[in-house]
Amino acid sequence: MEFFRIKKDIPFMRHALVFNIISLITFLLAVFFLVSRGLNFSIEFTGGTLLEVSYPSAPALERLRQQLDTDGFKDAQVQNFGSSRDVLIRVPPAKSGQQDVSLSKVGERVMASLLKVIQSDGAGEAPHRLESIAGKSPLGATETEDNAVVNKPELKRVEFVGPQVGKELATDGALALLLVILGIMAYLALRFEWRFAVAAIIANLHDVVIILGFFAFFQWEFSLPVLAAVLAVLGYSVNESVVVFDRVRETFKKKRGFTTPQVLDHAITSTISRTIITHGSTQMMVTSMLIFGGTALHYFALALTIGILFGIYSSVLVASPLVMWLGVSRDQFIKAKVEKQEAVV
Amino acid sequence: MNRYPLWKNILVLIAVVFGLVYTIPNFFGEAPAVQVTSVKVTIKVDAELLSAVDAALQDAAIKPTALTMDSNSVRARLADTDTQLRAKDIIEKALNPDPANASYSVALNLVSNSPAWLTSIHALPMYLGLDLRGGVHFLLQVDMKGALTKRLDSISADLRSLLREKSIRHSGIDRDKQSVVIHFRDADMRNQARALLADSQPDLALAEIQDGAEFKLVATLKPEAGQRIQEYALKQNIVTLHNRINELGVAEPVIQQQGADRVVVQLPGVQDTAKAKDILGRTATLEVRMVDDEASNNPSIMERAARGQLPVGTEYYVERGGRPLLVKKQVVLTGERLTDAQPGFDGETQEAAVHLTLDAAGARIFRDITRESVGRRMAILLIEKGKGEVVTAPVIRSEIGGGRVQISGRMTTNEAADVALLLRAGSLAAPMEIIEERTIGPSLGADNIAKGFRATLWGFIAIAVFMVAYYLMFGVVSVIALSANLLLLVALLSLLQATLTLPGIAAIALALGMAIDSNVLINERIREELRGGSTPQAAITAGYDRAWATIVDSNVTTLIAGISLLIFGSGAVRGFAVVHCLGILTSIFSSVVVSRALVNLIYGHRRKLEGLSIGQVWKPGNSKA
Repeated sequence: MEFFRIKKDIPFMRHALVFNIISLITFLLAVFFLVSRGLNFSIEFTGGTLLEVSYPSAPALERLRQQLDTDGFKDAQVQNFGSSRDVLIRVPPAKSGQQDVSLSKVGERVMASLLKVIQSDGAGEAPHRLESIAGKSPLGATETEDNAVVNKPELKRVEFVGPQVGKELATDGALALLLVILGIMAYLALRFEWRFAVAAIIANLHDVVIILGFFAFFQWEFSLPVLAAVLAVLGYSVNESVVVFDRVRETFKKKRGFTTPQVLDHAITSTISRTIITHGSTQMMVTSMLIFGGTALHYFALALTIGILFGIYSSVLVASPLVMWLGVSRDQFIKAKVEKQEAVV
Repeated sequence: MNRYPLWKNILVLIAVVFGLVYTIPNFFGEAPAVQVTSVKVTIKVDAELLSAVDAALQDAAIKPTALTMDSNSVRARLADTDTQLRAKDIIEKALNPDPANASYSVALNLVSNSPAWLTSIHALPMYLGLDLRGGVHFLLQVDMKGALTKRLDSISADLRSLLREKSIRHSGIDRDKQSVVIHFRDADMRNQARALLADSQPDLALAEIQDGAEFKLVATLKPEAGQRIQEYALKQNIVTLHNRINELGVAEPVIQQQGADRVVVQLPGVQDTAKAKDILGRTATLEVRMVDDEASNNPSIMERAARGQLPVGTEYYVERGGRPLLVKKQVVLTGERLTDAQPGFDGETQEAAVHLTLDAAGARIFRDITRESVGRRMAILLIEKGKGEVVTAPVIRSEIGGGRVQISGRMTTNEAADVALLLRAGSLAAPMEIIEERTIGPSLGADNIAKGFRATLWGFIAIAVFMVAYYLMFGVVSVIALSANLLLLVALLSLLQATLTLPGIAAIALALGMAIDSNVLINERIREELRGGSTPQAAITAGYDRAWATIVDSNVTTLIAGISLLIFGSGAVRGFAVVHCLGILTSIFSSVVVSRALVNLIYGHRRKLEGLSIGQVWKPGNSKA
């Protein structure tokens, strides 16, 4: 089996401007959505409390909202999560100055509030019994009493993040991004040429912005694992540019008669099968994560998918023209013969 | 031709055997166990404890499947959870005859089922993070300012007794924010005091201030002393947390410093957050202060005090039982001087009480203060979450020596036990606040493992099928190399006992998805060489050699991203980054060295090699297909 039977080098560089305009438009759209809609940060960044609750049968979300509202959680978000029986409740951090007593007690108070709902729904059945359940810790308390009567929620997960942590995460994330960029640029400049470093970073940063743009447009939740995925994919798609650049260098040395666009075309064409197969394989793994990984890995896999797809495009079709426009030429690789020659653009 | 020297083949073999041995423990699963640890510094975990546990179990006719001991715990592995619960009760009763004064913490735990020889070479299953096993995670912020003010409070108490000892007269010592101010009536006394303090209190920086007719000496902590106090406060808090968690009976708690002023507490398996938080968050300390009797007995002053107009240097409290009183701000004695606290009963009234034992310095201070203040009242305050409560304010009837003190005052038996526990577990050197909390139910943890495992498995199968179909024999080699990669990665994670989290599992999957890149690079290069007309053997050599530079380049960039995540990431991101970085390293080894060894084994010895089983190689020009 062989997918790619390419007789001649594909003239990618002839369409370089088109590729770059397409990617510029996507990039601008992404920036626009980032600015206009903003990212939907998870509570790890914003601070607040998150509860994941599982009911034996689907509860009426409206009732839960009402009860939370009357209990003072005005801004609480209640939504289904995965299935109709699983409910996710987000409580934003309390405004400063408000009840500093115990921010971290919010989880317990929300839980008590949820228990009140079933209490009032099952009114008359056995209120005193419910009271005693509410008094106990709901988490892990084995349900000995009969479940059919009471749709009692089970607490699966609570997260509380204080406001000071969120700020730090945001700065740490930005610093990590900066370090990745500087590190990769330094390495590429050392290993190749500054032109390659600049081109690769521009191409791949534009991927990052596009991933973020998707998250802003669809208002997907931007959490810590998503941040990790974005940075991992940045390192990964720089690979792509590296493989092409490696070939560019080799071709410059081998084929003397080629002009710069021809060299780039040749390099891209001879690596395209590898590029697509590699990304295809990685994507298979990521798709598997998307299908089987459940809600916890959903956005992580989604960020990777977008990153991988745009990575192919940008690291090959955006980075290479950039290198060309930055004026790469043969003499930068052949140091023995120092002849000054106009860069062929 | 393409043959590896013997040492390289042996290296590959050793790596694979290493991978197998350290991966195996992950397949044995876990069995219920009871874990016994000592909660007192003086009581060591030794062979005696081991035989005591053994004897207790034998008496109850429970046969543990294994009984092991390590440096700080004894563990009995049991057949099932019912036996486990029964064994826990039995051991608890045998080791702690007096539940109020427990010497050992007996906790339920899970231990690996892997055979002893594996455990003895440190081959343990991967350490699962809380999101996979369920439990509670807290991040606590230590209030460093609080630590300093507390220290200054106790310094002012020290200064008071120091000046009295040397009979240097002063007209008052108070703490003003981050400094201690000593007031004098004349310059002479101040100079004497200054000389004395400069000698005896090296931590203090002294400054003189003239304020009208008043002579003041302002003492502040030197920066390096402040630094030391903060470090000490953090350590002390961690020790205290250890003690408190021991009282909770958690099997494998993690209590670690994070950054300069934070502490991470992870309690695997604990589901009752409310209780855990209560015990952790309580910052009970004891303070002994004098009651301002004249003011407290003056109704008009008390009336004004109730409205918030306090006489200088006093605080308004309501005693248990409802009687208001004014307590001087000066602290006579703090909980630091406490060596033990036990619940008990008052010998005369049969009221619940807490019996305190003070250390030598505390006992001396207490004797002095009681001798000087016979007939006056002393308030014993319990400070919790920054708020004080007067537990009792007894009248001092006589000098109390020997450092044995009893607090009683309308407490219930339970309250007395609680107070004693909190005081015994030690006071926190600085207040702490929970700034992050995560609770994961056990079912969610198991669910996460299953999902992560399934995702990795199916992704792996998909890649394997594709590689074999596309590259035939070289595809098989690539898949074996990828399996070796997985094996080595899991083995390394098990060996390092790095915490595996759900993002970590995702990183394993991603590492596999990315690692195949190196093999694709190699295989494509070999095809290309064949296309260019090289002989099969030359194509293998050239393919591996040429791909090597590219593989290194591309992995370095990925590694740069991984390392910056490792540096700046915390929590979930860190778990991802560790696996990501390790995965890159193992993938370079397996995709280059392991796959080359296999290829050499298959093709290397053949002299007349007609072709390679690497899928169809299409050549432009003489198109066969």
